[in-house]
Amino acid sequence: MITAGMDVGAKTVKVVILKDGQIIGKGMATAGLEADGATQSAWERALEEAGISRDELRKIFATGSRREEVSGFDESVSEVVADARAMSVVNPEIRTVLDVGAEEGRAIRMDAKGKVLEFAVNEKCAAGAGAFIEAMARAMQVSMDEFGAMSLQSTKSIPINAQCAIFAESEVVSLVHDETDRPDICKAINDAISDRLTSMARRVRVEPKVALIGGAAQGLGLQNSLKNDLGIDELFVPDDPEFLGAYGAAIIAAESQT
Amino acid sequence: MVQAEEKEKEYWRWDESNWANPDMDWKAAKVISAGVDVGSVSSQAAIMADGELYASANTRTGYNSPESARNVMNWALEATDGMKLENIHFTVGTGYGRVKVPFSNKAITEIACHARGAVYMYGSTVRTVMDMGGQDLKAIRCDERGKVLSFLMNEKCAAGTGRGMEVIADLLEVPIQDVGRRSLEVDEDPPPVSSTCVLFAKSEMMSLLKKGYSVNQALAAYCSAMAYRVFTQIKEVDVIEDFVITGGIAKNPGIVTRLEKLLGINSLKTDVDYQLAGAIGAALFGRVLFERSKKK
Repeated sequence: MITAGMDVGAKTVKVVILKDGQIIGKGMATAGLEADGATQSAWERALEEAGISRDELRKIFATGSRREEVSGFDESVSEVVADARAMSVVNPEIRTVLDVGAEEGRAIRMDAKGKVLEFAVNEKCAAGAGAFIEAMARAMQVSMDEFGAMSLQSTKSIPINAQCAIFAESEVVSLVHDETDRPDICKAINDAISDRLTSMARRVRVEPKVALIGGAAQGLGLQNSLKNDLGIDELFVPDDPEFLGAYGAAIIAAESQT
Repeated sequence: MVQAEEKEKEYWRWDESNWANPDMDWKAAKVISAGVDVGSVSSQAAIMADGELYASANTRTGYNSPESARNVMNWALEATDGMKLENIHFTVGTGYGRVKVPFSNKAITEIACHARGAVYMYGSTVRTVMDMGGQDLKAIRCDERGKVLSFLMNEKCAAGTGRGMEVIADLLEVPIQDVGRRSLEVDEDPPPVSSTCVLFAKSEMMSLLKKGYSVNQALAAYCSAMAYRVFTQIKEVDVIEDFVITGGIAKNPGIVTRLEKLLGINSLKTDVDYQLAGAIGAALFGRVLFERSKKK
């Protein structure tokens, strides 16, 4: 049986195609103001990788904050449920998942089967979301790659007082003007977002082991700050951490057929 | 490299100003007091001669608070008829950077100064002052002497602040002083922007433009959202008349008229620069403190 999950996020669309429990195709594309075009590109990539045509799919489930903007799916699942279900398959030891999406941060506590026990979502505000890091990197005029590399070179702790991304931007610009070392500013930004994620994680009660997913998960600087703030030695980051939501939707689509 | 030399236009940048009353003779005054309000976005200085506003300046706050305080004060002095810093008997610092005013005799919180300054600017009938500043929003209830009875403050989030408005002006490439007027040049207000976060509102407004909104309609959608946000926040204090709005946003008719409509009351207006309330209040406190110090 072949099913698929698509995750129509604020910034990117992800598609995962699943055949008898195995991922056979993945596709991702960046959505601009319209999600339609990116959805089509993500599908084309995933179908090509899987080497199948779309009518071979039995069921398609969708998740993501912009899923209502597109069509071509059978049912919807929430991001939180999809994340947890996928994580229980990828690593059954995980009990807490932190998901840093482009415009939304989530903390989920779950059981071994991937059932959601508690969750917190921050969707109203960029603090604690990927958009925060991007806005700060832009204020520093560095690319996301440079940002990640630089933040690892610092061991200093400079506080960024504002939670608000707009105010934090002004603080970052002041730090740049004060000729603060750029790596130290990068680390300060990771510390700031980690602080937001940590307080969200505490709201759901952090239980080890902890996983980090979403588009920003691969940032080693953010991983370090989070380990430090959460007081944990180990933070699990799966391969392709941005695909977990789509993967979870595909799994749930398959389960709906049995 | 003509392109590199061409300075990027800064739409957010509002007009800075300094002023002095040419009809006043400060040398005849017994007490010269000054207030310096170093805010997160703008700084103001007010110089008063025996409790009457004589000179002022309004500038953008720089990266360094002491320097910003010095600059704005020097600029106010430049407008005067030969007054020097040492002619001022007592200076009070207020605002976000109030403890970093190097030449001040005392620091007083901006809540107290805004209420006191608003009563000077608009008269003793003022009971509710809403200060819409660069990085915070304050609603203050006061008595006829400008004494604070209660207040609330939001300083966590840029939605509803002047800084947020600057970001939107820049995004739509509309000079900040035109934002309010242009937002009112629409046949009918479109639905307000739904995102609270200014960062997200930016993307939402780009998609509105792509959907065919005119720039004026997009501005109207943002101003409506901001007015509504401020309205829900200040509902917690009883907004009693007379009601006044101070701070940079008071200069934006797109917010002021929409907010007045939501509240069902009009705000008083004045000729004095709306951003001066904090500095004027500080200068008035300075006068009292100087007179008290002399009596000892």
